[in-house]
Amino acid sequence: MASRKTSHPNRDSEDKYSILLPTYNERENLPLIVWLLVKYFGESGYNYEIIVIDDGSPDGTLEVAKQLQKIYGEDKIVSEPPRPALSDGTAYIHGMKHATGNFIIIMDADLSHHVSGVCNKQKEGNYDLVSGTRYQGNGGVYGWDLRRKLISRGANFLSQVLLRPGASDLTGSFRLYKKSVLESLVERCVSKGYVFQMEMIVRARQLNYTVGEVPISFVDRVYGESKLGGNEIVSFAKGLITLFATT
Amino acid sequence: MTKLVEWLLGVSLVGAAWALVSFDLLDLSLPQTYREVAWPMPLYLLVSFGCFSLATVGYRVATFNDCDEAAKELMEQIKEAKEDLRKRGLKM
Repeated sequence: MASRKTSHPNRDSEDKYSILLPTYNERENLPLIVWLLVKYFGESGYNYEIIVIDDGSPDGTLEVAKQLQKIYGEDKIVSEPPRPALSDGTAYIHGMKHATGNFIIIMDADLSHHVSGVCNKQKEGNYDLVSGTRYQGNGGVYGWDLRRKLISRGANFLSQVLLRPGASDLTGSFRLYKKSVLESLVERCVSKGYVFQMEMIVRARQLNYTVGEVPISFVDRVYGESKLGGNEIVSFAKGLITLFATT
Repeated sequence: MTKLVEWLLGVSLVGAAWALVSFDLLDLSLPQTYREVAWPMPLYLLVSFGCFSLATVGYRVATFNDCDEAAKELMEQIKEAKEDLRKRGLKM
């Protein structure tokens, strides 16, 4: 099992942050994400662990994860899930089984953020859930053309009108949950893929969990490009309608 | 109550009130002005909402932050990370 690494015990707590990273073909990004996380968490003094949930990537992501494990110690737990590591309940359930922290951070492996900002925000208000938002404060994006900004804002506006979720960014992919809160939400959510992320926030609101927000800078994929094509739009619309009708 | 049901309820209530006034369904003999004002209301409200939406989304697109600094910082960090990881023996 994982050995526990205690970095700078200058923070008072026994709080520990488990970072879940679902990966698929992230051989080049993973070391960078891990390096950044190690750096920022090291500086912040919080206890942490990184859990890589790989979906049998054919590009050797798992090997890279094992190398990182040797370099940084068994803070990083490599788990080999029996099911696809989509960013939905199955990956998180599996990841949570191995998590020893009392807070869970979820982020896609193709982004990087200043994670300690999220932890600080949570402490501010003892929030059940902290969500990274690109739309408020000094949050934002990099390298987006007009079309993409328009679609993003338009889709977000539509979801605000229809779902009134109480959070400004539903499709953002960077969140911090109290472990018990995540467990209860994952039980209740039934969507697949990234619609699952949307459902989590909507249900969290319904269950009267407190939701804090922290601005994040979304720098498009460390390597490679995210696409926002017709398919993504259609599946977003489907997801939105499903949530509208079922929550 | 799901959002869908909430909306259906809301729309039904407003729709009923509108029909009541516009078509004088209960023979209330309301003044003519009430009927004249109520009749085009749904259309007005729809158009107003449309304009509000366009204005809101337009404003938000215009004020969508571009994080140039964050991107620069990230590029620097990537360089640093690659160097450091190479030193520590990571084979990429």
